[in-house]
Amino acid sequence: MLETNNLYFEYADGPSFTFPDMKCVSGESLLLLGDSGKGKTTLLHLLAGLLSPTSGTVTLAGQEISRMGQQERDRFRGQHIGIVFQSAHFVQSLNVIDNLVLPQYLSGRTVDKGAAIAILERLNLGHKVKAHTNQLSIGEQQRVAIARALVNNPDVLLADEPTSALDDRNAHEVISLLEEQAALTGASLIIVTHDQRLKDHFEKRVTL
Amino acid sequence: MNLFRIAWRNIAHKPLNTALSLILLAFGVGIISLLLLLESSLQKEFDRNIKDIDMVLGAKGSPLQLILANVYHIDAPTGNISRAEAQRVMKHPYIDKAIPLAYGDNYRSYRIVGTTHAYPEHYEVSVQEGRLWDVPFEATIGSKVAAESGMKIGDTFYSAHGLEDETDIHKDHAFTIVGIFAESGSVIDQLILTPMESIWNVHEHPEEMDEEAPPGPRPEDEITAVLLTKKNPLALVMIPTLIKDTNMQIALPSIEINRLTQNFGIGMQTLQGIAILIMIISFISVFISLYNSMKERKYELALMRSMGASRQTLFVMILLEGFWLTVVGTFIGLCLSRLGMIILSSVMKDQFKYDISNIGILPHETILVGITIFVGVLASLLPAVSAVRMDVSKILGDA
Repeated sequence: MLETNNLYFEYADGPSFTFPDMKCVSGESLLLLGDSGKGKTTLLHLLAGLLSPTSGTVTLAGQEISRMGQQERDRFRGQHIGIVFQSAHFVQSLNVIDNLVLPQYLSGRTVDKGAAIAILERLNLGHKVKAHTNQLSIGEQQRVAIARALVNNPDVLLADEPTSALDDRNAHEVISLLEEQAALTGASLIIVTHDQRLKDHFEKRVTL
Repeated sequence: MNLFRIAWRNIAHKPLNTALSLILLAFGVGIISLLLLLESSLQKEFDRNIKDIDMVLGAKGSPLQLILANVYHIDAPTGNISRAEAQRVMKHPYIDKAIPLAYGDNYRSYRIVGTTHAYPEHYEVSVQEGRLWDVPFEATIGSKVAAESGMKIGDTFYSAHGLEDETDIHKDHAFTIVGIFAESGSVIDQLILTPMESIWNVHEHPEEMDEEAPPGPRPEDEITAVLLTKKNPLALVMIPTLIKDTNMQIALPSIEINRLTQNFGIGMQTLQGIAILIMIISFISVFISLYNSMKERKYELALMRSMGASRQTLFVMILLEGFWLTVVGTFIGLCLSRLGMIILSSVMKDQFKYDISNIGILPHETILVGITIFVGVLASLLPAVSAVRMDVSKILGDA
């Protein structure tokens, strides 16, 4: 379960944001909708523990991320949070399967190639295990990025503008995939976007 | 999956950058290592011939020349000394072994050395064929002399006066070869050994003796030098005083050879300076290559942080990339220097021999490897620090 309280963030020499309190239990989906400049990315980074709030708290799985030290936060994020970024990026020197087991290794879990391959197969990418990431199509890259976010069985799956660059059909496909995979993993799904097309798709939403 | 492997993949992913750093590193390390190998090889060659000889007794002159002439047989002797006076030193209680040498003749530029059986025994050279000499004008020849001149046991030859000249041949006394030494890597390989009496007799020309000439020293009264080993360290102090008033001097091979290698050193130092310059450039190249690739991979590194990597992990990863570069570069460099030695020794077969069984790492090379890897890791320190300092949220947000 993810919960925020009086979340406030101020950039050293820039804007400040106050965010509404929000709550998302396991298995639930939450849409965070906002136009540019409303602090969407800032919020996502606060939820992921990539930024520390100026005041207020972020609590995930009973632990207050906002109070952890740097190293503890990195590890906690690796183990409990999967992030899908707007465009898919990979460690270029590693192939698909190595990119997939990377979160396992980096978050201090035991490397389980079998589990990673199972996820790839679930996303119809079983034949791309040994491929290089730059040999994949954009759609395949997006799916591998989703697979990577799922590989540690996260409590929360955070997606940053996953559909903004896609047409209606593909946008719909990606959203269903995210929902489906989050449900399979038992993770809460939080999508941060300005994409109004998604508004009707989610029951629970917070507008910034 | 571990950091070593990720670091390895990262440098392998940039083959051109990596190759440039590796080539520079390999050449720097290779040249220095080649110099070290040459030095140690020459040192060994020198040492093999010094072989426990503590002092050389000979005529006054350049002590270095005395050593070169009588230990290495590559320079003209400083002159002759009186046998009677030399005997006083040879019989001194502080002296253990005394090997007299008499020469002045050659056969086709191979030096003919009059000595005793103690000489080949000292160098532990065994006779491969035939036997050691017994009587005057019998000769046992070195392995190289035999191989190059094609002389066999039973062959005879005339000696020529001087050390290289072949014009003034002593036609009245023929030498007979009675044995050939086994190859030993010492000077004996290129010498013709015979009893001292042969040398004396060659130079006795009774029919030419002029009744009116002042009675000079007869040949048998003179020898060229004596190789000495000491029984008591005090010999180094006592013997020079003993011969103070004669025309003799004592030279210490170890000191003279040290002086010689120090003179060599200037050329070596220049090369070493160039090699160090190449290494500095290679370290800069490692630094630039890592720094650039770090900047290019900024997003990648931020991504790794988002997946749970700590700052320390990224720091170590980039240091490991520098580590890999220097380790591989150093390894290639060490291989290159050995290849260079093998080529050198095959090109200069006669003057220089490289013992391939000594291909292992020299103690000085261990230091070289240690310093190289240390500096290589140091060169990756700044890129690593900037990886630690990066603002993950900003990088991920800007993309």
